[in-house]
Amino acid sequence: MKREIPLMIVFVTGIFMAVQFFVPHSTSEFVYEFVMDWTIIIGIFALALGIWSFVRVATNKIKRKTANWQFSIVALIGLFGMIIFGSGFLGGLESYMFRHFFNFVIIPLHATMFSLLAFFIASAAFRAFRAHSALATVLLLSALILMLRFNPYLGPVGEYIGDAASWILNVPNLAAKRAIIIGIGLGMVATALKVILGIERTYMGSD
Amino acid sequence: MNWDTFLWTTLGVGLTLSTFSFLYRDNPFYRFSESLYVGVSAGYFSMILWYNGLVPTLIDRLWVGQPWWQIWGGKWWYVIPGILGLMMWFRFSKKKSWISRYPIAFYLGIATGAAIPLEMQNRVNRQMYDTIRSVFETINSGQSVFSGINDLIIFVGVLCGLFYFFFSLAHKGPIGGVAKVGIYFLMVGFGASFGYTVMGRISLFIQRVQYVRDWFDMGFGGSGGAAAIVWIIILLMVLLVLLEIIRQVTKKPTQQTT
Amino acid sequence: MDFFSKLIGLDRRWVFLVLGAVVVIVLLLEFPTPIRINPEVKSVYDFVEGLEPGSYVHLALDYDPGTLAEMHPMTYAIMEQLLARKIKIIMTSLSPNGPGMAEEAMLNIMDSARILHGREVVYGQDIVFLGYKPYPGIVILSMGQNYRISFPNDYYNTPVDSIPMMQGVINFDNVEGVILITGTSGVDFWIAYANGRYNVRLAVGLTGVMAADYYPYLKSGQIFGLMGGMLGAAEYEKLVNKLGPASEAMRVQVWTHVAIIVFILIGNISYFVSRRKGGLGK
Repeated sequence: MKREIPLMIVFVTGIFMAVQFFVPHSTSEFVYEFVMDWTIIIGIFALALGIWSFVRVATNKIKRKTANWQFSIVALIGLFGMIIFGSGFLGGLESYMFRHFFNFVIIPLHATMFSLLAFFIASAAFRAFRAHSALATVLLLSALILMLRFNPYLGPVGEYIGDAASWILNVPNLAAKRAIIIGIGLGMVATALKVILGIERTYMGSD
Repeated sequence: MNWDTFLWTTLGVGLTLSTFSFLYRDNPFYRFSESLYVGVSAGYFSMILWYNGLVPTLIDRLWVGQPWWQIWGGKWWYVIPGILGLMMWFRFSKKKSWISRYPIAFYLGIATGAAIPLEMQNRVNRQMYDTIRSVFETINSGQSVFSGINDLIIFVGVLCGLFYFFFSLAHKGPIGGVAKVGIYFLMVGFGASFGYTVMGRISLFIQRVQYVRDWFDMGFGGSGGAAAIVWIIILLMVLLVLLEIIRQVTKKPTQQTT
Repeated sequence: MDFFSKLIGLDRRWVFLVLGAVVVIVLLLEFPTPIRINPEVKSVYDFVEGLEPGSYVHLALDYDPGTLAEMHPMTYAIMEQLLARKIKIIMTSLSPNGPGMAEEAMLNIMDSARILHGREVVYGQDIVFLGYKPYPGIVILSMGQNYRISFPNDYYNTPVDSIPMMQGVINFDNVEGVILITGTSGVDFWIAYANGRYNVRLAVGLTGVMAADYYPYLKSGQIFGLMGGMLGAAEYEKLVNKLGPASEAMRVQVWTHVAIIVFILIGNISYFVSRRKGGLGK
């Protein structure tokens, strides 16, 4: 029953949702809304698991004094600090410290972490972007045209490059991405069917 | 000048520069800012989940002003998704993790069932329809094929691209030729994505430099005290650079650089 | 080791230094950079210009601080245009770290409307922020049925039924369209679920990393507008006649792109010369 009932639940709910799309009857709509409502609530509890997992990993690092365990203390202080700042006693989401920590700690850190990628892409372009074959050359030329498309210092050539870039985006790029989208769509439908029919069961974990 | 904003911005700039120090090499400043980021983000997300997630969808529905033990006073049936949600938390238990399968199955069934008709319709049908429709519109309109050349190129590109991804047939002979055309289209697409990606990544760095520049303007445009704080941070950075240069110059030749 | 082989093995930190220097130097200089408007961006602008005052638009700000640089200029430009035309805005933010930024943008725009244009934008009458819920696919499907399923309260925990501008607004049928500004894969859910199931008109503002992938949806009509990255934001700023951070950043983009192209050329020249000499770089 530990495996059969979940398989049955997946099957019944999956078939219901797939069929409901085609059934505009008010009863079907009512059940559909009910199910959406419940799913959101269940999903919220699932996300809380991630936070618990993070606390567990950090405390294990501190207990075992693994490399750089001191920084796990910093992480936990950050976590519990934000929880305290955001708690109802201090004003919730509108509290001074909560908002300022978001604006002046989270935003700068998050934005800066991602901005490091600018350097790595420049380094990758220098070290790895080689026209060593016809395919690589095509890729390189396409990238160069896109990169030059908004350069205003190329004179009349710039207009042609801009038009070429527009054509590349709206024709061959579109064709390539459309092929990928169709492939992904077919793959997603196949995987969804495998899950609903019980062929794919990795979500259940082990006994 | 607003001292409150300036001091908080100074903190933000300090954390920004600590993170950028990773570009030189891994160091404690970077590790500190990375750990702080992970912790504070998790804390922020927890509070958003609580106030925006759980409170309005569950807590406020179960308790509509009555004492906390009187669940039957509100919409008591919401206890069921609440219990299902709590069952998720058995995922980490070695002996009782099977309890979490029920809510996971419920959620997975809903998500996959909803996805089937919608993904089929939007990723497959609509895209294929548009590809074929454009070509036939040109043909049916009586115009020459060349006026619809772009639609024809798209048709050929999509077909060849799909052939490339069909690995059940060996890419030999005519199939191999079609797949090769497909991969050329894909390379153009990836080149276009790379060109766009460079702009995307650089944007993030530009915004960070604008942030630091605005902090400079705030500091030097404000009182002497603010300018002093900016100068102290500049001098601290210069000091760190000098210390690193000394470290590099005085280190033994056999030591490896990071 | 000859010069070109040394160049191939150059410490990447020199590349970082050059890139950083280019950005800082160009940012300190001030010169205009002409921006060419693309039809996919203009169609978003025309959509907003064509709306009647008092109509509703759903503004979905599904991005987090990692994509702030490209998304925030779009958000500000579009919100200012919507409020100037007296369009009522329903805002959501389905990204975990997004609600704080969405709220900040809303409050800043409301302040600037009052200070710069003397127009009082009232929360609850002109604009409402519903906040965040997890699992965008399910939330979008539920909003298409009834906003109150996933958002019984707004971001400030006020019951949606008590908010004046939400009276009579049930679902996507009551909005003229959705303008989605996002850096996440949630855009796929909006296209498939909001436009696919509920036929709501959808325009997207995406990061540069994602923009090239969504042209097929533009052609098929599943989205009617696409703003790609900082360039799209700069184009929109030009359309609304309010040059902001995106327009300023475009001049830096031009020169950093030139720098990266130079890196690519140097890398390729070094590679081919070294290969010809039979040295490193094969």
